[in-house]
Amino acid sequence: MIATLGLAALWLAAALAALQLFGGFLALRLPGNPLVPVVRPTAVMQAVLVAIAFACLIALFWRTDLSVALVAANSHAAKPLLYKVAGAWGNHEGSMLLWVTVMALAGGLVALVERRLPEPTMLATLAAQAFVSLGFYAFLLIASNPFARLDPAATEGRGLNPLLQDPGLAFHPPTLYIGYVGLSVAFSFAVGALLTREVSPMFARAMRPWVLGAWIFLTLGITAGSYWAYYELGWGGWWFWDPVENASLMPWLAATALLHSAAVLAARNALRAWTVMLGVVAFAMSMVGTFLVRSGVLTSVHAFAVDPERGSFILALLAINIGAALTIFALRAGTVNEGERFAIVSRESALVFNNVMLSATLGIVLLGTLYPLLAEALGAQVSVGPPYFNPATAVFVLPMLVVMGIGPMLRWRRDGLARLKPMFVLPVLVLFGVGGWLALQGLNLLPLLGIALGTALLMLALVPLKGRRLRTVTLPLWGMVIAHFGIGVALLGAASDSAFSTEKLVAARIGESVAVGPWVVRLDRIEPVAGPNWTALQATLAARYDGGSPSEMHPQARSFWTPPQQTTESALLTRWNGQLYTVLGERAADGRWQLRLWWKPFVNLIWLGGVLIALGGALALLGRAVSGRRRRVAADKIADRRQQQGRSR
Amino acid sequence: MSAMIKPKHQRLVLVLAATAALIAAALLAAWALRSQASYFYLPAEMASKPPLPDRAVRLGGMVDAGSLKTAPDGLTINFMVSDGKAQVPVTFTGITPDLFQEGSGVVAEGRRRADGTFVADNLLAKHDEKYVPREMQQMSNREAHEKVEATK
Repeated sequence: MIATLGLAALWLAAALAALQLFGGFLALRLPGNPLVPVVRPTAVMQAVLVAIAFACLIALFWRTDLSVALVAANSHAAKPLLYKVAGAWGNHEGSMLLWVTVMALAGGLVALVERRLPEPTMLATLAAQAFVSLGFYAFLLIASNPFARLDPAATEGRGLNPLLQDPGLAFHPPTLYIGYVGLSVAFSFAVGALLTREVSPMFARAMRPWVLGAWIFLTLGITAGSYWAYYELGWGGWWFWDPVENASLMPWLAATALLHSAAVLAARNALRAWTVMLGVVAFAMSMVGTFLVRSGVLTSVHAFAVDPERGSFILALLAINIGAALTIFALRAGTVNEGERFAIVSRESALVFNNVMLSATLGIVLLGTLYPLLAEALGAQVSVGPPYFNPATAVFVLPMLVVMGIGPMLRWRRDGLARLKPMFVLPVLVLFGVGGWLALQGLNLLPLLGIALGTALLMLALVPLKGRRLRTVTLPLWGMVIAHFGIGVALLGAASDSAFSTEKLVAARIGESVAVGPWVVRLDRIEPVAGPNWTALQATLAARYDGGSPSEMHPQARSFWTPPQQTTESALLTRWNGQLYTVLGERAADGRWQLRLWWKPFVNLIWLGGVLIALGGALALLGRAVSGRRRRVAADKIADRRQQQGRSR
Repeated sequence: MSAMIKPKHQRLVLVLAATAALIAAALLAAWALRSQASYFYLPAEMASKPPLPDRAVRLGGMVDAGSLKTAPDGLTINFMVSDGKAQVPVTFTGITPDLFQEGSGVVAEGRRRADGTFVADNLLAKHDEKYVPREMQQMSNREAHEKVEATK
């Protein structure tokens, strides 16, 4: 019953998307057409229907309805409720339904609230959004129906991959998807603006909040995903340059570039064609990411649902959407006027530099991610890892970060570096002081640059606040300062982790103590414990920092029985200045237990930085919303006054 | 002070700068990929044309039954990886993945020492039905094929 309702809602939503596309397209050709006024309500209704379909799927998982093939394949009655619900999107079909749900909700929201652009541009935008959605509806309904029935119903479900049974799963994929799919709005805005030749500062201002929203979720999703991989995989690393991680990083890089070029377009009416192009590229990267994750062309730790046929479907969608967008771009780019001019030393130039470096980094990551595919087509099997990505991205990221420290202080149009000298004396001294001191310690080049630059960035990020009364600083400026500060914090954490981490791998007897960095860890006992659908061997460790009082830690080796699989559960102890990370291994023949211990100074700054970056984005978004509202209220007041004056006359 | 760029030239300059940076990125990527990508070897390939020492590569095969030995430190293991044609001795220090055992597939990431021993920094075992290292998936197909050939 619920499954039928969900499927019906999905079909209806697809039909409405077709109507939205048709109506929006007609609006371009025949502006007075009767279908034109229904485009916006259609977008809203479509969102409501898809939300109903998604709610149905969650209800099916909640009740573990085993007559639905998807539930039987991915759930189990014995699972905790949170993971039953999260299981709804922990699989291919469910995650694609989540994708169209987010896409329709974003489109519906745009239709509901966005009134700044000329109506034809808005309708073209909604038509583009419907065009992209239609492809994904077809994909869902033809190739991956989440509501397919099982007759007869299964007697028991097959369960969920235990690696995914983690609170992180409940929130990580939806967060990332909101980010991925939110960029579809940027894509639609770009196509809409091109179709109606309305690439203006107003277009950038209208698009910016949507990009910012998607970008905040992407930032949070990447941060959470990195932390999840860090503690769940038990390898002590926080970024593996795994194809699936790259898949989320690439849209983030493009969206970051887009945010900054949109700032130039909104403030100075320059970088018009470039901004439109980035809008297309950002969503293209989201789709490439989905293709990489969902098709199984690249097998990775994260690719839990793989199917080559579905891969070709997504690849076809990718080719159609991006091909169409690039064709429109090629046809219309020539008619996009030249933007305003600026000098070589100006804020625009700094932002252009940021954009070019981000694009180059994106290219490095994209090539490194796709190279194994390319090589395989030529008959060689290769894998590409940190030895490629770390130095190759650093070549572009480090100069960009230097300019990031200076750029916000530059004036629009033209500026002289001489004016800025006094502000940068201290940070530059710090940069070289810290760098020189670390060089004397014999640190490797990359961590050295990371720590020196990170420290300098913390100061540089705050420079824009200098000489201002903090209460009068606008929210978007706070947002920028905090986000840039967060980049410095994350950089410091990453560099400190790679420079100062100490690792200890031992086989320890019960009662034996092991020293790692400033810690002394004693293995007290090993005992069996049981959870709802697993049993485990659990170690009890007593960890003392610098001779202080001991804290208990409990790393586990877990065995799940639905499906049968083993995982290691690391145990972490967080202090203000770092984390102690412990993993329990196997029992050696003579009764000793393998233990792997890391002391990672300031590693927590990595994720703190990620959260700060997202917080900065949120403040900027809030600031834009507030000022937009104020402007509207003011405009209404003026209109009212005019009306009254008109009456009194 | 630096003059504004002529309007006619501004777009050109921007396009050129962006193109130059992207070409630089592509060249850098191509060069780095040639020197840093880690190639996948089967034991027979490693025997016939061994990779340079200190070059990171991946070695995939089956862990030979009876070859797995744990060193006295309780942490280092030594075993043979074979593909039916050749054997490569592998040494690894660390916690093995959960499904690592004799008679099952493994992909070892590491370097071949000059004496022919492969020193693994990391082991990837067949994780579960849904996650198999890409190389290993092909390997089991090839093995299935060989088994079919053998029983004919």
